[in-house]
Amino acid sequence: MTEPLLHVRDLTARYGAAQILFGISFDLNAGEAVALMGRNGAGKSTTMKAILGLIDARAGVVVFRGEHISRWPTYKIARAGLAYAPEDRRIFADLTVRENLDIAALPARPGREPWTHERIFALFPNLREAQDRSAARMSGGEQQMLTVARALMGNPYALLLDEPSEGVAPIVVEAMAETVLKLKGEGVAILLSEQNLPFAARVCDRAYVLEKGEIRFSGAMDALMRDEAARRAWLEV
Amino acid sequence: MTAASLAVQFLNGLANASTLFLLACGLSLIFGVTRIVNFAHGSLYMLGAYVAWSLTQHLSGGVGFWASMFGAAVAVAALGALIESALLRRLYRSPELLQLLATFALTLIIRDAVLYIWGPEDLLGPRAPGLAGSINILGRAFPQYDVVLIVVGPLVLLALHVLLTRTRWGAMVRAATQDRDMAAAVGVNQAILFTSVFALGSGLAGLAGALQLPREPASASLDLFAIGDAFVVVVVGGMGSIPGAFVAALIIAEIKALCIALGSVDLPLLGTVAFPKFTLVAEFIVMAVVLIVRPWGLFGQPQSIQRALNPAEPPSHAAPRWFYWLAGALCFALAVAPLALGETSYALVLAIDIFIAILFAASLYSLVGPGGMHSFGHAAYFGLGAYAAALLLKSAGAPMPVALALSPLGGALGALLFGWFCVRLSGVYFAMLTLAFSQIVWSIAYQWDAVTGGSNGLIGVWPSQWLASHTAYYWLSLALCVAGLVFLRIIHLSPFGAALRAARDNPLRAEAIGIDRRSVQWRAFTIAGAVGGLAGGLFAFSKGSISPETLSVSRSIDGLVMVLFGGVESALGPIVGAAGFVALQDTIARHVDYWRAMLGFFMLALTLLFPGGLAGVWRRRS
Amino acid sequence: MSLLRIEHLSKSFGGVKAVNDVSFALAPGEMRAMIGPNGAGKTTLFNMVDGQLRPDAGNILLNGKSILGLPPRAIFRADVGRTFQIAATFASMTVLQNVQTALASCARQTTSLFRRADDLHRAEAMDLLRQVNMADQAERPCGVLAYGDVKRVELALALANKPKLLLMDEPTAGMAPAERIALITQTRDIAKHRNVGVLFTEHSMDVVFGFADRIMVLSRGRLIAEGDAEEIRNNPKVRQIYFGAGAEPVR
Repeated sequence: MTEPLLHVRDLTARYGAAQILFGISFDLNAGEAVALMGRNGAGKSTTMKAILGLIDARAGVVVFRGEHISRWPTYKIARAGLAYAPEDRRIFADLTVRENLDIAALPARPGREPWTHERIFALFPNLREAQDRSAARMSGGEQQMLTVARALMGNPYALLLDEPSEGVAPIVVEAMAETVLKLKGEGVAILLSEQNLPFAARVCDRAYVLEKGEIRFSGAMDALMRDEAARRAWLEV
Repeated sequence: MTAASLAVQFLNGLANASTLFLLACGLSLIFGVTRIVNFAHGSLYMLGAYVAWSLTQHLSGGVGFWASMFGAAVAVAALGALIESALLRRLYRSPELLQLLATFALTLIIRDAVLYIWGPEDLLGPRAPGLAGSINILGRAFPQYDVVLIVVGPLVLLALHVLLTRTRWGAMVRAATQDRDMAAAVGVNQAILFTSVFALGSGLAGLAGALQLPREPASASLDLFAIGDAFVVVVVGGMGSIPGAFVAALIIAEIKALCIALGSVDLPLLGTVAFPKFTLVAEFIVMAVVLIVRPWGLFGQPQSIQRALNPAEPPSHAAPRWFYWLAGALCFALAVAPLALGETSYALVLAIDIFIAILFAASLYSLVGPGGMHSFGHAAYFGLGAYAAALLLKSAGAPMPVALALSPLGGALGALLFGWFCVRLSGVYFAMLTLAFSQIVWSIAYQWDAVTGGSNGLIGVWPSQWLASHTAYYWLSLALCVAGLVFLRIIHLSPFGAALRAARDNPLRAEAIGIDRRSVQWRAFTIAGAVGGLAGGLFAFSKGSISPETLSVSRSIDGLVMVLFGGVESALGPIVGAAGFVALQDTIARHVDYWRAMLGFFMLALTLLFPGGLAGVWRRRS
Repeated sequence: MSLLRIEHLSKSFGGVKAVNDVSFALAPGEMRAMIGPNGAGKTTLFNMVDGQLRPDAGNILLNGKSILGLPPRAIFRADVGRTFQIAATFASMTVLQNVQTALASCARQTTSLFRRADDLHRAEAMDLLRQVNMADQAERPCGVLAYGDVKRVELALALANKPKLLLMDEPTAGMAPAERIALITQTRDIAKHRNVGVLFTEHSMDVVFGFADRIMVLSRGRLIAEGDAEEIRNNPKVRQIYFGAGAEPVR
């Protein structure tokens, strides 16, 4: 078996005095979609931020495409092909939609079809009409699309997608699921943080379940769906 | 006043506005991206003037002149890049106060470097070749060079606009201004971006200084004038807004020009009013009006309430009984010390300085620590107390004890006025405004010869006969210092003190439990001003004279260094810090020419070694 | 008479109607949840009631008196307590000092310079802390508390003025499930016992459907439904807009 695209071992992270992650280990292979499940505050977003170097107080091993990136600055990690679509979207509100896309553009990767405006607009038709508008004047759903579109402009090998279904209309959730499946089909590996189990089950092959900063379950998505005890213990209320 | 003089002054105002804009927009740009208020921005302006002077000595002719101007801007930009990459880059995640102090340390170093390289004499630059003449405006002469300056401002504004809105670099700057981390997560290399922004902003400051050279000589006091002006422009225009800086520079420069154009006017009731004397007051009024109407500046965004970066300090309680016994014993030992040392001992003189410094530092601590208000202009209230005491004695003929007793009033009244505006802002805005106000007070003391004695100050401010001996004055200083400390401590532990700390810890929550944050902070500002004023009064009578130096910005910074040195978290901090600082200054300053630069390097070393703040280090050790 | 009456309240931001002609009334002792998708206008409505935002049109009446245009601190003095989405307490004070400071503010003692803050309102503060189960941690600094405990202290602060109305913005956000139920149970008990009206926004549907007497649903700034849990669950408009067509209603 080839080595995983993203390999994480014993990742810890803290905010000030509070430790959030207590040694997270998981793998993401090329071309697969993996769910990082867990309730609010379980450490899903923190895991992503720690991988990307957005948290100073972190430790552990992070290997991406054979390189140890755990001490790299964030921009270098992004340029290596690890893209991020944060939960709170963090679009650049002072920039137009097009500028939001252009600023994130990185050179094409060998052997992969590069993401162009055309390809992005084919995937998210709403953005085509909005491209000269200020990003601040878009609806929540459009902002969510822009967040993913912006991440794709970096021609990533892997996309860290943080709760794309949170706070958007059902129709947007549906569109987002389609998008994730399409991206997976095009060879972009996806790490999806989710609380919405049906959504995750629809798009992901495998799942890890986090609670209080530790991994409590890992296995095939089907196994999690069947394991009612695990779901009740770590996901449901 | 004639139409001609009005026209000429109007144009003159436009020329001044250009320089002011170049200066301020760099500061604003740098702040927008790095969130650091660069106190050394005025120093970079000053360096621009000096470097341009040196270059014009070697390069002649029209080409040489403009090459000198441009060369100075490039040299200062390079220095800015160096400062950013070697120093500030390490401080982006440090507490705000530490960032401000680090950039202020640079002003101390640059000031001494300028004195070392170029000497203390003012250096007059050459006129621009081919532009030495003047044009005719309604029969009045107006320098050709100033016409060029008038054009430069709008040109730079246009160039910056194109740069920021039409280039990828500009989009990156705007993105990073909004969300640094997210910009990094899409692959923007912050290190290069920040360095380039800092270089651009510094270069603009350098260019401003260089272009001003044919109009005004290079001098080692330009830095603080420039930074005061730049802060006023940025506060009026709105932090981070380039068009705001342009409009604000225009308004301020034109209002000053109008004051000069008006000249001395006979007004009913008021008699002859010399408006040119009011340029500084006019600047203050403009700022005051803007802050009342739009606290975030003309083009700025309302600031979100900033949360303290510092870890929470431990809760305050009354000290245990043994502490009072210990403090009492220490006071007693200090009180009997002169009997052992003797009247002629130098230690008495030094101790008086220390008591005054402790009182000053403790009053500043009450703002910076429990108040969370980082004042960079606290010396204004120290100085107002000193001037109040001296003027009461000399001009009003009050007896010395009365003059001293009223000195806190001087500090308090000043703090009452300026504090009203300052508490409307927070964080770095507060710091900038306090510094700007203290520069204004300094300028008034410096310019108002008739009352303050101008740059010479006031002399013959001696204590009454019965307090004239070193021993007697030592006792007086000790008593007032202890009284001041006890007073501040009682307030700290009072419901008022709790409300003040509440407003610092969480402004939103404080308002939600009925605390009027501004009112509480305003009172605290005034109390700190009063105690600072008392320290100033004591200072005036201990030295026998005062000068504008008494309320200079460097005294404000000395105070902050004392407070930080002792640790912001502890009420004992300012006592230890002030005593240590004065003792150190006394030993080193006598043997070293460039004591200020040494202090600057010391401050830089502290901020680089302990980027999380000293307080945390002290606490961990204890 | 109703405790809180909202009349035709509207607020726009840059042409978008964040809150559009919303009216409702809340009775004393009533627990009322306000739900809706993100961007529905919940926070905007909330911030208008607590004085942080000024409405463009409409009126807000508390016990029949308009509180329109009052700053947050005046609204607190008009017997309205408030908790925030991100719990807000004073980190450099002990738990007890936090509550003492709130009580001193209620007694208008925050201008007092020469009294000792630690000596004021001790008994009353301890009493409040007992009500929120924080008495045993009274002497701990707030800065080191677990987040759930910070939320409890915040509730004590909001109760300091013996409010008639409690505004709670996502009271259980960021808490562990067990803690969440405990806190909202506590809140309900206090509300019923003191006859306090509670208006809260919440994302956890178990909290909303398990604890609210009445539920309001906002969508795009408009109030689209109001009723008890059963009515809201079965309201087709709500099912379509909020839960998504075909989705199961959450327990």
